[in-house]
Amino acid sequence: MTEKGFEPKIAAFICNWCSYGGADIAGSKRLQYSPNVKLIRVMCSGRVDPQFIMEALRDGADGVMILGCHPGDCHYIEGNYRTMKRHGMLKLLLKQLNIEEDRVILDWVSASEGEKFAKVVDKMNARITELGPLNWDKVVSRT
Amino acid sequence: MSDKPKIGIYWCSSCGGCEEAIIDLNEGILDVVAAVDIMFWPVAMDFKYDDVRKMKDGELLASFINGGVRLSEQEDIVKLLRQKSQLIFAFGSCAHMGGIPGLANMNDRESIFKRVYIEMESNDNPDNTVPQTESLVNGKYKAELPEFYNSVYPLDQIIEVDYYIPGCAPQPQTILDAFTAILEGKLPEKGSVLAPSKSLCDTCPRKETKPDKLTIDIFRRPHLYDKLDDGKCFLEAGIICMGPATRSGCGERCINANMPCRGCYGPPDGVKDQGLSMMSALASIIKPDEEKDIQSVLESLPDSIIPFYMYGLPSSIMFRKKMEKE
Repeated sequence: MTEKGFEPKIAAFICNWCSYGGADIAGSKRLQYSPNVKLIRVMCSGRVDPQFIMEALRDGADGVMILGCHPGDCHYIEGNYRTMKRHGMLKLLLKQLNIEEDRVILDWVSASEGEKFAKVVDKMNARITELGPLNWDKVVSRT
Repeated sequence: MSDKPKIGIYWCSSCGGCEEAIIDLNEGILDVVAAVDIMFWPVAMDFKYDDVRKMKDGELLASFINGGVRLSEQEDIVKLLRQKSQLIFAFGSCAHMGGIPGLANMNDRESIFKRVYIEMESNDNPDNTVPQTESLVNGKYKAELPEFYNSVYPLDQIIEVDYYIPGCAPQPQTILDAFTAILEGKLPEKGSVLAPSKSLCDTCPRKETKPDKLTIDIFRRPHLYDKLDDGKCFLEAGIICMGPATRSGCGERCINANMPCRGCYGPPDGVKDQGLSMMSALASIIKPDEEKDIQSVLESLPDSIIPFYMYGLPSSIMFRKKMEKE
């Protein structure tokens, strides 16, 4: 169902302490990565309420990324474990609403992993391009 | 005609339990009819839609509408009532959030018609007829049916709603408090839900048994658990109880009958999506930290719609399921 010229809209919630640092490194190193990801800095990946994710999808995002510190490295000790659990449970809801699981991904990027940041963003962009637009407005407005 | 305030009561996509709840006021209903004139109540009294059409705009002080909107007829009548009423009250979970009939948003018109009119084992429908908005009877009489929409809508997605009376069905005290507030002119800010904005856990009779650090290592289903009556916090046993994400004011009737809360009073103020907010709270107290152990806890949870969206799917952020062909 890939539309011609489709440019995915991806929202990325990234944690202040690790992944935002990773994005910063990617920038300082002049690494190329897909420009259609919108970065939203949050203090911790544990701050990402499932309501943020679903609202993004409802309001036009084709995919959502949550990037946090590696397990064990969380600035707030256990924030990323909570994210891991919430993401696990959210996957069940996505499946039941018939939304492809790959549209919401969780990954770990540390403050030194500029290359990894660029890699996960590119991978996500490729996958969403393959899946095509989500276009939830159309799902809601069908009478 | 007396100069008492006039009210209307109407039902849409609902079960009739809300009308029952009004009758359940017992002698309290005598105070209500002593104070107001009921001008429209199709379930209980003989009125025609034309009676409403003949009213002046704003002639009714208030209309109480229960049920979500699924048919074009319901949309027409609630829009008419909006025009004729000063205040619109969404009465009960279905008008408030879509309610149990709102679970139909996991299907669409085609799949529902197919199941109900074509596949149903007890059907005798050799021509595979499904409801049409217009058809000819005996080849010459035109018969009309309301259009069946693809989704169920909470009332506030169709018309402007002034107040919400929550519950499946609203408890007599919630209804009486609402009537009292209307008649004494003590209604809160427009758009309010007429029940306390505390969570049910706050008023739960089992509150004291909740451990300081609540954790879950398995999800259990109530009918497979034999200690529901031990008086302890349901969440501790891994039974999904919507208490943390649900408004109080219901009198904890389910809890007192040893059943977990299913969320009919809806979320407290400020929460957009009751199901997601409950999922967020519940997932974060899963005990193990290793990915595969988390996975095995999550495997004991086979469904996320019934436990979290029993009453609120159409008012949730996503509104409905995406059908295969879309």
